[in-house]
Amino acid sequence: MSYDNELYQQVILDHNRKPRNFHEMENATHCCHGVNPLCGDDITVYLKVDEAEEVVEDVSFTGSGCAISKASTSLMTNHLKGKKIDECRVVFDEFHKMVLGEFEPEKQEHHLGKLTLFQGIREYPSRTKCASLAWHTMVGALDKKTEGVSTE
Amino acid sequence: MGDAKTISIEKPCIDVDKIRADFPVLSKEIGGKPLIYLDNGATTQKPWQVINRVSQFDSEEYGTVRRGSYRLCENSTRLYEEARQKVADFLGAPTRQEIVFTSGTTQAINLVAHSFGRKFVNAGDEVIISNIEHHANTVPWQVLCEEKGATLKVIPVADNGELVMEEYDKLLTDKTRIVAVNHVSNALGTINPIKEITRKAHSVGAKVLVDGAQSAPHMKVDVKDIDCDFYTFSGHKMYAPSGIGGMFGKMEVMETMPPYVTGGDMIMQVTLGKTTYAKPPARFEAGTPPISQVIGLGAAIDYIGGIGMDKIFEYEKSLLNYGTRLLSDIDGLRIIGNAKEKAALLSIYLESAHPHDIITMLDQDGIALRGGHHCAQPTMIRFGVPATARASMAFYNKYEELDALAEGLKKIIKFFS
Repeated sequence: MSYDNELYQQVILDHNRKPRNFHEMENATHCCHGVNPLCGDDITVYLKVDEAEEVVEDVSFTGSGCAISKASTSLMTNHLKGKKIDECRVVFDEFHKMVLGEFEPEKQEHHLGKLTLFQGIREYPSRTKCASLAWHTMVGALDKKTEGVSTE
Repeated sequence: MGDAKTISIEKPCIDVDKIRADFPVLSKEIGGKPLIYLDNGATTQKPWQVINRVSQFDSEEYGTVRRGSYRLCENSTRLYEEARQKVADFLGAPTRQEIVFTSGTTQAINLVAHSFGRKFVNAGDEVIISNIEHHANTVPWQVLCEEKGATLKVIPVADNGELVMEEYDKLLTDKTRIVAVNHVSNALGTINPIKEITRKAHSVGAKVLVDGAQSAPHMKVDVKDIDCDFYTFSGHKMYAPSGIGGMFGKMEVMETMPPYVTGGDMIMQVTLGKTTYAKPPARFEAGTPPISQVIGLGAAIDYIGGIGMDKIFEYEKSLLNYGTRLLSDIDGLRIIGNAKEKAALLSIYLESAHPHDIITMLDQDGIALRGGHHCAQPTMIRFGVPATARASMAFYNKYEELDALAEGLKKIIKFFS
């Protein structure tokens, strides 16, 4: 019962089944809605940012989508909690480049941790958007994009 | 869970192994696993007979068509028109002049919407489509109706995927100008009663366009018997190259229609003051056509004609019956669309996994399916699913490939449970 591609690993499966930080956030300071029209993935990312310290104190999300998008969002929320805003943008940049095949975590210093699990998505360019939707939405929230973000 | 062995297999009425040897891609591997190609509703693979014919034409016979009086061009023109005759015979068209080449079904429907639609559909008029159309047979009519102030009406679909014909009867009025429906739904596989739809439309004076993209490759089509005014098709869904397709159009209807795309080759005479147009089909074939692709289409028609459309339909039906019984035994799996008259297509929905995950996971077993809304979002909305995984079969598919599909789906269900 396994798949060659590391995409569908236990961790991703687990986060798909039991997504972490999967709830609305009442006292959110930032929020953004993101859609992937091709797949129908539809999520909202909530952030609680301490503006003085420039720290993301809390992250949560709601929505629906495929296993890749759900697990990616869930893992992102865990990964970013407590990080400085600047660090969040660095991780976004590294993650985005990794799924596009432009960044090799095994060869370069990185801040991705477990998120390297999503490297396998590069074999499926049509699905990189499933993995990166959460991240675009998170940056949209930081940038206060009230109109939301779309992968198309 | 069902046991594949308990399902009886009808002996194929065609020699599938011999046919498979004609399709080089079918012996390829994907990531070390034999390719199981079940995305024929999207596009079909090509046999050597088509590949070699196009290659031979390009390397030895290629010339422009209808534009020169040297022998290379004369010969190319003759072959091009012979291919038109093959299409006419294939669809049962009375004359080859009633076959117009386009890039495919999408362009053919746009041609009719722009040409016939602009001239004959006016404010207050009505156009009828169905709830199970491809976007290519939805959007051109929406745009036309919006531009003209006409009304777009939609034939509803029942839970089993069949059109509700009593409702269709109520939609028809003396304001109906055209009814545009598919012969076979690309999302559900429903074979629609197009002869009845056509007869009823004609009784109120409306014209009928049948989108034949999913039917022409899989069953015998007779446009005379259907009596429709337009019948569109795509070459790449019938074992021919991409970029070529076309439509049958009744000559008396096409003669009343203005050009859609203008330019060279569609004219009678051009002066700087005025242009008169050529008769159909040339009127609708401006510019140099995809010549090699037309030759390939002719070769594809020869190929499937050689197998026989009735045999193709019969064998694919047995694949459908086998696949339906196999998948019906799987818990947590729903087949969307269960029309009594159905083409060899299974739209699959799993309670436990998103269609895009299903497709990526099946791909790792070498199984190629389409996942998504199949360019039929109104159909998906009607059935309350965001997308489905679609297995669409062709005469080169085998029962064993459906066994592999069923096993792959069971593995996914177990994985996500």
